[in-house]
Amino acid sequence: MKNINIEIAVTHIITRKKQTLVAALGVTIGIGIFLFMNSLSSGFTKYSKGEIFKNNAHIKIYKNDEISMPFMGNNDSSNSSQVIINPQVTTLSKKIINPEELLKKLKNQTYVTHAIAQVNFDVFYNRGKAQIKGNGIGVDMIAYSEMFNTQKYMVAGNVKSLQGNLNGIIIGRGISEKLNLGMDENITVSSSHGVVKVMKIVGIFDTGNSMNDNQKSYVNLSSAQQFIKEGPSYVSTIFVNTPNSDKSANYVPLLQLLTPYTVEDWKTTNADVLSGDKIRNTMLGAISVSILIVAAFGIYNILSSTIMQKINDIAILKATGFKGSDVVKIFVFEALVMGLIGTIMGLILGSVLIFIMSHVYMGGPVGYFPIGFESQLYITSFILGIVITLCAGYFPARKAAKVDPVEIFRK
Amino acid sequence: MTDRKIVLSTKNIAKFFYEPVKFQALHDINFEAYEGEFLTLVGKSGSGKSTLLYCISTMDTAYEGEISIKGKNITGMKTDQLAAIRNENIGFVFQFHYLLPEFSCLKNVMIPALKLGKYSHQEIEERAYQKLKILGLDEQALKPASKLSGGQQQRVAIARALINDPAIIMGDEPTGNLDSKNTAIVFDIFKEISKEFGQTIIAVTHDNDFAKASDRTIELGDGKIINHKKVFE
Repeated sequence: MKNINIEIAVTHIITRKKQTLVAALGVTIGIGIFLFMNSLSSGFTKYSKGEIFKNNAHIKIYKNDEISMPFMGNNDSSNSSQVIINPQVTTLSKKIINPEELLKKLKNQTYVTHAIAQVNFDVFYNRGKAQIKGNGIGVDMIAYSEMFNTQKYMVAGNVKSLQGNLNGIIIGRGISEKLNLGMDENITVSSSHGVVKVMKIVGIFDTGNSMNDNQKSYVNLSSAQQFIKEGPSYVSTIFVNTPNSDKSANYVPLLQLLTPYTVEDWKTTNADVLSGDKIRNTMLGAISVSILIVAAFGIYNILSSTIMQKINDIAILKATGFKGSDVVKIFVFEALVMGLIGTIMGLILGSVLIFIMSHVYMGGPVGYFPIGFESQLYITSFILGIVITLCAGYFPARKAAKVDPVEIFRK
Repeated sequence: MTDRKIVLSTKNIAKFFYEPVKFQALHDINFEAYEGEFLTLVGKSGSGKSTLLYCISTMDTAYEGEISIKGKNITGMKTDQLAAIRNENIGFVFQFHYLLPEFSCLKNVMIPALKLGKYSHQEIEERAYQKLKILGLDEQALKPASKLSGGQQQRVAIARALINDPAIIMGDEPTGNLDSKNTAIVFDIFKEISKEFGQTIIAVTHDNDFAKASDRTIELGDGKIINHKKVFE
């Protein structure tokens, strides 16, 4: 059996289709824009995170500069004078001692998905008189590619061809173009330690980031160690990946227990990029919520005017035994229907906007705009749409519930 | 006469208005209404007759004194309890019909019964038809309330007041907007209801013919009962 409150509400809605639609349309636009804007910012955040993880692992372990401790004098003899020395960087080497064992220990941790060692060095790429400054990275290329998905950005050659090829090098597209060197050609690489090698180009990558493409090159770990005149145990950084990049900070203290070196998660390293993301998300969030509030006022207005017009009906309902809570239910139900129609149409509108946006070509390394349909955002938008319309409906409904029938009948 | 059941009684009802200035609208009103009685409240404008009606209607709770309906003291009850009491025990007919314009006549009659929820939807529909038939409106049942003539609308409103078989039917100038023909119809209906179904009618009116023909008339002046005429058959 249908509830009489709902029956009255439904009749009101059916007999006032146009007003219901106008109120719903406000919600439609609000929710549509809300969903679209949040998808925009979520898509872009994902993209920029992806950009970060092209070069950064979730956690990196490296030897930080050590600062000399000032000499504070003896505490036991009271009349000795204190000597203060200017603190200075005392790091002699950025070397991580016994990296093999550390790597082994790291790989044994259940929360570590990948762990690799890396050697960084500064280089000049030469061809005849032409010279480009850059930086070389010595890694186990296959493991590195698994971690950073380098293979995806290879435009020529394969990351596997570096394996066991001590004379091979993978260079960025920018270097290749500037020096006019292609696959299988030789490139002269000289390190800041004065080591010069002629290496064979076995691969070219293009990440879309000019900093990378114009400067970076990959060689074998042992080649890199030769470039800086270090032994096979030299490693400058260890990269660690965890199952969830958002929770990587939780593992930092655990990893710190395993090693005396500095353990830093990607959020610390990229704090500037992340704070930029945060600002953008806050701005878009503020705009979309404002639009939603405007939509809510639409519902509030239409319901308020409905109640003003129906004040006689409310009075007779109350006279014939409807409680205040019944009147609230009637009008909140009407708001709910408006909200539901509006929200569902809004999700459709948002989807259309997302679809259009995902086909807008942004150019450059970004390609098509990084935006997608995210179920989480659909759920959030839906709940928000309903909650806001309920709030917008509740206040006029409460006003209706407080109508004093005697006042109406005595007029 | 003495063994007639009291349906409604008041004890020392006083009512004050504070806007725009403090003003006592009712002084010490004491009266009883019996089962099956057709009672009219008369008096000049501002005599307090409507004010009294709204106090005993349970809709106005800002009064002093006590009101009992069917032997139960309703003074001081919560508004939700009062709403339930009205729903079950009191039917209203006003000068204006106050029908819900979006609904059919039948639905308008059914709404208080649907609210009460004592019968099934189908039973309520049958009962509503029956009430409309008593009032000679069964053929208009499915028309929207707004499409009827004034007299017909008022009769639908009476059917609505009757749907829950309330003990009391209260009217505030129920014939105030009607021509003499319709007034006569409404009067006959009220007479019939009180005699045949034993329901009590309490109606405010300033139609003297209407009042004269009722069982008993209470005349108010300046918020006091000034004439209490009993009509015995």
